[in-house]
Amino acid sequence: MSRKINRRRFLTDMARTACGVSLLTLGVGIHARQASALPPEYIRPPGALDEEEFLSACIRCGICVRDCPYGILKLAELGSDNPATGTPYFIARTGPCEMCEDIPCIPNCPTNALDHSLTDITKAKMGLAVLIDQETCIAFLGLRCEVCYNVCPVRGKAITLEFQPNKRSGRHALFIPVVHSEYCTGCGLCEKACILEREAIKVLPIRLAKGELGHHYRLGWKEKAKRGGSLVNPDKPHEFNLPEGVRYDYESGRVYRVDEAPDKIGKSTRGGKALPGGAEKPPAEQMPGTANPLDVLNRGLQEAK
Amino acid sequence: MAVTPIEQLGKDALRTKGWFGAYKWLILRRISQAAIIGLFIAGPVGGIWILKGNLAGSWLFETVPLVEPFVFLQMLAAGMFGFLTTTLIGVAIVVAFYALIGGRAYCAWVCPVNVITDAAAWVRRKLGITQSAKISPHTRWWMLGAALVLAAITGQLAYELVNPVSIVHRGLIFGMGAATWLVIAGIFLFDVFIAKHGWCSHVCPMGAMYSLIGAKAAVKVTSPNRAQCDDCMECFEVCPEPKILPPALKQGMKQGLPAMVTSHLCTRCGRCVDICSKDVFAFAFLTPGKAAPAESGKGSSMEEEEERELEKAS
Repeated sequence: MSRKINRRRFLTDMARTACGVSLLTLGVGIHARQASALPPEYIRPPGALDEEEFLSACIRCGICVRDCPYGILKLAELGSDNPATGTPYFIARTGPCEMCEDIPCIPNCPTNALDHSLTDITKAKMGLAVLIDQETCIAFLGLRCEVCYNVCPVRGKAITLEFQPNKRSGRHALFIPVVHSEYCTGCGLCEKACILEREAIKVLPIRLAKGELGHHYRLGWKEKAKRGGSLVNPDKPHEFNLPEGVRYDYESGRVYRVDEAPDKIGKSTRGGKALPGGAEKPPAEQMPGTANPLDVLNRGLQEAK
Repeated sequence: MAVTPIEQLGKDALRTKGWFGAYKWLILRRISQAAIIGLFIAGPVGGIWILKGNLAGSWLFETVPLVEPFVFLQMLAAGMFGFLTTTLIGVAIVVAFYALIGGRAYCAWVCPVNVITDAAAWVRRKLGITQSAKISPHTRWWMLGAALVLAAITGQLAYELVNPVSIVHRGLIFGMGAATWLVIAGIFLFDVFIAKHGWCSHVCPMGAMYSLIGAKAAVKVTSPNRAQCDDCMECFEVCPEPKILPPALKQGMKQGLPAMVTSHLCTRCGRCVDICSKDVFAFAFLTPGKAAPAESGKGSSMEEEEERELEKAS
């Protein structure tokens, strides 16, 4: 009798415990699901494995935090808006990675959550800087700033300045900073340095910052270069849709009239078909016409006046 | 002598052994717990790098790696095998240490949550709270299994998202946020109002794992003077795992069991040693494989000795 009661009690106790623990587990599991995506403004230290792997390798010991000479790394607090509890991060706008050459945060990591094979900091991929707001970036307003370009530790490679005509003034240039993902380490120094009230250039996780080409895509010009010639039909020069008697020279980028051209050029550009290339072609500076296509195209109009 | 009423708890020990004698191991434990936190903070604050990191993983004197076995188990369960030799060395050192001194010495001498739950137990006694929710002490094994299953399912150290032990410890060393205070309050209130010794002796999976590591430890609480026991029950009141005491006391003596606490659940906190006015308990270092220490013999009758001899022989 008492044995029966004991067995029943044992089973109910066990069921109670199992249910309680299961509920708890479910809660933690749901929280883990939510917390496993790193919020975009939180950046992992250099060498961090992909987030999914990182969360199984990082034991949240904080040794990297201690080894960072600039004290930029923090450990996350418990909370669903934060990175996984106890994991290290930095926020570029307030404290970017200074890209120490010896990467002191990595070698003492006891579990390889920060990959020990990363020894060249310029190969780090903490994220990717993106000039995210072209409406407030003052370079787009036609002002000289270039602060992000100048503070970039991979100077002249990760951020270059590309000149564009300033359409507003009609005669100035815009000095547009352009980020190159091949060289950008995601250190965030540009984001920190951005002079705006709220930064126009931000480091984003690569998953948010980068597109991905369809894997079946083949870039024709690259395939052609690899093969050393066209892969399908023989190359045909491009036919430009120009007024009669006007030709375009592909290499010099100039437009000219066939009847005005020196004889040898007229021959070599017969019907536009021999362009580009050809042994008899003169150097670009000897080409007729001017660098501005409008000079040729508008010539008749000017003469009429 | 009868059972000591709760408000008289510890008075006898104070009378017979003096203040230091009655709190010796408690004081040493608090010093140990504070020193460990202190050593972790001495680096960033004073530039003295004895321990760097936290209990999950650290460098001792910047040369010896230490890695917490519970996070390592979760790592394995999560399918992460890309760790380093350093990781394995760190785990091995920690496991070897606790295998020797008693796994749950971690709970009593190292873990910062112990201070919270000890405080809760003290408040319970002061407020005279006797009711306690019935939580199976086996819950911790379920929790240990659940932590590993969670890691396997989510592929990450999911239990570490909420593990109060690592959260509190990290908070002490790296700075407390509001969430950490909530965790501390939660554990404290749970232990005060919901269950006596609720967290550490019923739920915590880390304690469960450490108890396994230290199952054959050399450091033991022995009871050489158990014949002197006067059934005051004070040790049962302060022990976080009171069920492990009877075999070391008179009941065990009758059954011829060795004069020591043999259970792997013993945290080596030494509260039983401190509180006993008859000095029944003592700490001892027993070389593994050797027999239990000889009983002091005071008060134990010849018949009982003979009985034990007989049982051993059979």
